[in-house]
Amino acid sequence: MAAIASFLGRRLIKSVFILFAIVVINFMLVRAAPGDPAMVMAGEAGAADQQYVEQLREQFGLNRPIHEQLGIYLADVATGDLGYSYRQQRPVWDLIGERLPPTLVLTGFAFVLALTAGVLLGTLAAMRAGTWSDSAITVLALLSYATPIYWVGLMLILLFSVQLGWLPAFGYETVGGGYEGWDRVTDIGAHLILPVVTLGLFYMAVYARLTRASILEVRDMDFVKTARAKGLTEARIVFRHVLRNAILPVITFAGIQAGHLIGGSILIETVFAWPGIGRLAFDAVLQRDYQVLLGIFFVTSVMVIVFNIVTDLVYSLVDPRIEVA
Amino acid sequence: MSNRLANLKRLATSGIVASGLLAALAGPGLAQEQVQKGGTLSVIVQPEPPILVLGLNQQGPTQTVAGKIYEGLLRYDHDLQPMPGLAESWDVSADGLSYGFKLRRNAQWHDGTPFTAKDVVFSATKFLPEVHPRARANFSHVESVEAPDDYTVVFKLKQPFPAFIKAFEVSTAPIMPAHIYEGTDYKQNPKNATPIGTGPFKFDKWVKGSNIHLVRNDKYYLEGKPYLDDIYFRVIPDAASRALALETGEVDISQYNDVEPFDVQRLKALPHLTMTTKGYEFVAPLSWIELNTREAPLNDKRFRQALMYGLDRQFIRDRIWFGLGRVATGPVNSVTPNYEADVAKYAYDPDKAKALLDEMGLKPGSGGTRAEITLTPMPYGETWARAAEYIKQSWSKIGVKVNLASTDVAGWVQKVSNWDYQATNNFVYQYGDPSLGVARTYTTENIRKGVMFSNTMGYSNPELDALFAKAAVENDPAKRAGQLGQAQKILVDDVPVIWLLEMEFPTFVNKRVHNAVTTAIGTSENFADVWVEKKK
Repeated sequence: MAAIASFLGRRLIKSVFILFAIVVINFMLVRAAPGDPAMVMAGEAGAADQQYVEQLREQFGLNRPIHEQLGIYLADVATGDLGYSYRQQRPVWDLIGERLPPTLVLTGFAFVLALTAGVLLGTLAAMRAGTWSDSAITVLALLSYATPIYWVGLMLILLFSVQLGWLPAFGYETVGGGYEGWDRVTDIGAHLILPVVTLGLFYMAVYARLTRASILEVRDMDFVKTARAKGLTEARIVFRHVLRNAILPVITFAGIQAGHLIGGSILIETVFAWPGIGRLAFDAVLQRDYQVLLGIFFVTSVMVIVFNIVTDLVYSLVDPRIEVA
Repeated sequence: MSNRLANLKRLATSGIVASGLLAALAGPGLAQEQVQKGGTLSVIVQPEPPILVLGLNQQGPTQTVAGKIYEGLLRYDHDLQPMPGLAESWDVSADGLSYGFKLRRNAQWHDGTPFTAKDVVFSATKFLPEVHPRARANFSHVESVEAPDDYTVVFKLKQPFPAFIKAFEVSTAPIMPAHIYEGTDYKQNPKNATPIGTGPFKFDKWVKGSNIHLVRNDKYYLEGKPYLDDIYFRVIPDAASRALALETGEVDISQYNDVEPFDVQRLKALPHLTMTTKGYEFVAPLSWIELNTREAPLNDKRFRQALMYGLDRQFIRDRIWFGLGRVATGPVNSVTPNYEADVAKYAYDPDKAKALLDEMGLKPGSGGTRAEITLTPMPYGETWARAAEYIKQSWSKIGVKVNLASTDVAGWVQKVSNWDYQATNNFVYQYGDPSLGVARTYTTENIRKGVMFSNTMGYSNPELDALFAKAAVENDPAKRAGQLGQAQKILVDDVPVIWLLEMEFPTFVNKRVHNAVTTAIGTSENFADVWVEKKK
């Protein structure tokens, strides 16, 4: 327990420095792109004059020297204030807070679906390596992995929304439905199915392939032979002995993916008109909405750091040979 | 295949709609359509507007939504003739110096405050000149704005400015509430999150990234209007998904670039949709290839003419914009007043182009290349990228090698407005009069570094400057037409830009929706007259 506490303490101190570096680098990086938000707005307005652009720059605080802007931003972030989007006339925290839940719901479900289905299919394929079911799973995994994700999304919409009319095609919930309570949950659930499946399929393929490859390595090792010689049931051998030893690469990958959950999937959110944070980030890039972009980077960085720590802890739980350090 | 299946399925299920249509076609005079009250309309809005205060932001999507919340003094029919808006009637003095407006007496702001002449004076003298670039230019001609009583406003001009009658459209001069903004910092006003207008629809709710909800203004000044209960504006970022949303009937209306040109034919064939290209007369966009005339060889008129001859613009219209729009003959869109048809023509003629280049002494070098320029395609969707690729191909045939340098909107504005480019596509709105939307592109006084949609080509011709200056203040319509006609002839000969198309956009409307497009601003109109048939 003490080992874990000191591990956490040291990692957290390191994280503060990493975060500081990330904020500074991001700040410089977004400014390196050509143009600024005032120019984007002038470009979108279809008409502009000098005064218009200058007013915008002044309002956005872009007329100050860049080191001063950085100083102001760092001071704000240190106090937990991620700034204000002048373009959208809203505090960045509000924007992120509004767009984060739909993304987390989407990526969370997709993550669970991908992980369970991927590990199950991968195990099944590995245990039956060389049979038709292995080939079928491998082909399915390869297809889901190689097909462009937006195309899969559009095809699913065509089939289930346009042709069959079973599922809603876009959005987070029925616009103007006015549902409350459980009805609302069911409604959101129906809207979730297509995007979750689309996104889940892609990651499922990765997990299935990882699991299969890893199990194939483990399943002929001596301890498995011993287990078999002891007369254990096949299920017990697979889940207690093989899978537990084969799962580490999958955890590594899941840890990486979990850190990215918050970034959402821009493509999925675009195709399904899902009001998530991926699109907010993408739009912010195009609109040079610096504060929003930096805010999302910040929240994402925190998430990645947290999940890295959690992954290291999970390692030690799954495989006691690994110690936290 | 799936599309065809979908169509078949729909054909089978739309028997009722089809027979209803036949009846309507058979006897439009007999079966006077009965207005139905109530119902919800769903409109695509893309991209999502940043804010909805029309006085502060006039992007297309902002207009689409805020055009229902705010109103201007006048509206304009398809021929750009003024119609009543917040002004019931108006008159222009014979000397062109005085514009008087009689205002609606029973209009009120959405918070219940009565609308009066005070709001108009505030908007025209304080709010708009402070924050709205186009209004700032228009109202710079104004000597004074007076309100003799609460429902009369008189604009006195410094000198005649005939284009002034077009300056009262809702996005050009939205009337803003004085009681909310007077004495505040307009851009930071906390009420900007909940826009208050006089229009037929009130702001209700904005779910960012998803939809904007407007509801019926029960106290609207026109008896019985609006007909609709509410309108949802749906944010659908993907073009293919937008087309699907129209197809499934999930949304009723699309406009501008919502539907990519290559999808237009397919959607047009669907039985539940109609397509119109009307409703863009006020903006009347003209597209062109902008050339930086400061740089050789682009500074030579013959080179620019050669580029014009070397481009098959009919092909661009037919194959890249799939028949949308008309090949432009010059700087003025033919739907804009004072269009001059009698100008030099540039039919596709590569030989003539080569002859002009020969005359300049640009002989083909290795690989047939005579000159090399860089084209920065406009970052506004796939169609512009395709156009740029076609242009590259065409000009290589006359020996002008084109390098494409792609960028995003911010990069594009940065490059073009700071004159750091050689050629780029652009399209610009004309706002109903050459003095408002055309002169600004070509006059010397509007060469302003760092400002987009100014004379970024650096083209300068004193004779032309004089003509545009005179025409702006010429009160005699015949004389003015002569001056503007002469200006167009000069420009077409000088070719400061390679005019491409008088652009048309497809507006798709579900057949259950009536009166969606009735004026020169199309679906940016206030929708007081729009009604929908009950869904069967």
